[in-house]
Amino acid sequence: MDKLQSLLKNEEKAVFALRSLYGKYGYLPYKMSKFEEYDLYVRNKDFLVSDSVITFNDTNGRLLALKPDVTLSIVKNYVEEPGVTQKLFYNENVYRVSARTHTYKEIMQTGLECIGDIDLYDIYEVVNLSLESLGEIGGDFVLDISHLGVLSALLDETGGDESFKKKIMHCISEKNRHEIARICEENAIDSESAGMLVDFVSVYGTPGTVIETLRKMCINETMKEAVDELESICGLLKNSRYSDKINLDFSIVNDMNYYNGIVFKGFINGIPESILSGGQYDKLMKKMGKKARAIGFAVYLDLLEQTGAKKQTDVDTLVLYSEETDLLKLSRFITEKASKGESVSAQRKIPQKLRYKTLIDFDKEENAQC
Amino acid sequence: MLNIALPKGRLGEKVYAMFEKAGYECPSIKENNRKLIFENEEKGVRYFWVKPSDVAIYVERGAADIGVAGKDILCEYEPDIYELLDLNMGKCRMCVAGKKDFYDDTDRTLKVATKFVNIASKYYASLSRDIDIIKLNGSIEIAPILGLSDVIVDIVETGTTLKENDLAVLETIMPISARLIANKVSFKFKTEEIERIAESLGTQVKNND
Repeated sequence: MDKLQSLLKNEEKAVFALRSLYGKYGYLPYKMSKFEEYDLYVRNKDFLVSDSVITFNDTNGRLLALKPDVTLSIVKNYVEEPGVTQKLFYNENVYRVSARTHTYKEIMQTGLECIGDIDLYDIYEVVNLSLESLGEIGGDFVLDISHLGVLSALLDETGGDESFKKKIMHCISEKNRHEIARICEENAIDSESAGMLVDFVSVYGTPGTVIETLRKMCINETMKEAVDELESICGLLKNSRYSDKINLDFSIVNDMNYYNGIVFKGFINGIPESILSGGQYDKLMKKMGKKARAIGFAVYLDLLEQTGAKKQTDVDTLVLYSEETDLLKLSRFITEKASKGESVSAQRKIPQKLRYKTLIDFDKEENAQC
Repeated sequence: MLNIALPKGRLGEKVYAMFEKAGYECPSIKENNRKLIFENEEKGVRYFWVKPSDVAIYVERGAADIGVAGKDILCEYEPDIYELLDLNMGKCRMCVAGKKDFYDDTDRTLKVATKFVNIASKYYASLSRDIDIIKLNGSIEIAPILGLSDVIVDIVETGTTLKENDLAVLETIMPISARLIANKVSFKFKTEEIERIAESLGTQVKNND
């Protein structure tokens, strides 16, 4: 079994580890068809990471799309059941335009969604599972948690309009203090609120210290509620074996038209992008006409391809034979090597690009033995 | 009057010498000043220097009737022009290069850094290889050293830069040299003049061989 394990690529190992993890916590697998009606994505374009979708006509003329996202399909198919939460996980390929290369990419994504009458425990559980997921993948990792309620309370207090809020959110995601000061000045925001927004950018670190700072910044009831919720969740997460990996950081900003409450992103040292991303998306549920709340996250397993030890050789042994070789002897020799767990390539000539550890000239070996 | 776009730099100067030899000299071009356009009314030619990668654009859009551009640029931008003559100069190769001991794990997506996105994409598409392309604008050689990419696709002339950085050519995609190109419409209206130049340059190329 260990030998087989070593054959798996990093991302494949992660798929198995995460399947088993989510199963243990009662999340049920959810298998979807590869296609979805294009209409679903047109109506929720802003929710998608990239707005280009691969479309095609079905045999009956309906316009279908190769899934660019899984969450929307799960929400669409959610059936209300008061007081109950539906817990699902998936492992699917999604098709998106990569922002870096401007070409379509197939991205392997695993994730889970918790939909229904969710309460504090559900939120804690999902965040905890995201920590556990990062732990399963391994390496040095960090989970950044933010609460959009805190941010939106601060923004509401300034009295600025939507475009102002959008610009400020962008600056906060960039930790760009000088730009916030400039935009506030341009929009005639009072210096006290402006100062608060600028200070807010520097609020990040371990939950304990950050919550203490936030308490002092509380300006209204909504902000207090959000901080309370953040504190309760961080309190519950103290039991996690990975509690030291948690950071509070408000530069984690998701679209407020869809997300609210807790949002989070996971990072692994050595991978230059976030590998895990999630949050609470009650507003999306509402937009899609569902009377329920929801939280979930996705893990971008394709990023793992960049990690792990790179292979240096193709095969352990290269066995050279010729037209004169006794094929029966050769076949025995090869089978014996393979059954010992070595990889062998039988060739008549050394292939130019093949990398091997040892070279055996079968005829010579045979003659030497004779 | 024939507008001729020449690539700035050593290659352009050599090319101008060929035009001069062909009887289309323009003495003012050798004056050391800041002028951009040089004209010889008597011979009916007007030269201008542009960035090598822009020659094809000037010619394609008709701002220049003819010009000289590297095959690398022509393959990268695929301009709609006539390629009249291989000038057999500025010879080099478009190559895939990587660390000397690079091992190509075909089980993974290959990260390719290059200035020539189109050439690299087409080359790997022809091999059906999944690649992650990284567009850079210069100092391409540093990419595999820092692990930004697995390999690079770039022009190799002597290979000295590669060698000095412990890199090596892994694959040659195509040979590159300078080409005489013409705007398709200009060619129809100024056929004789353009043909005369092409022919004269062609004889020089043959004699040089």
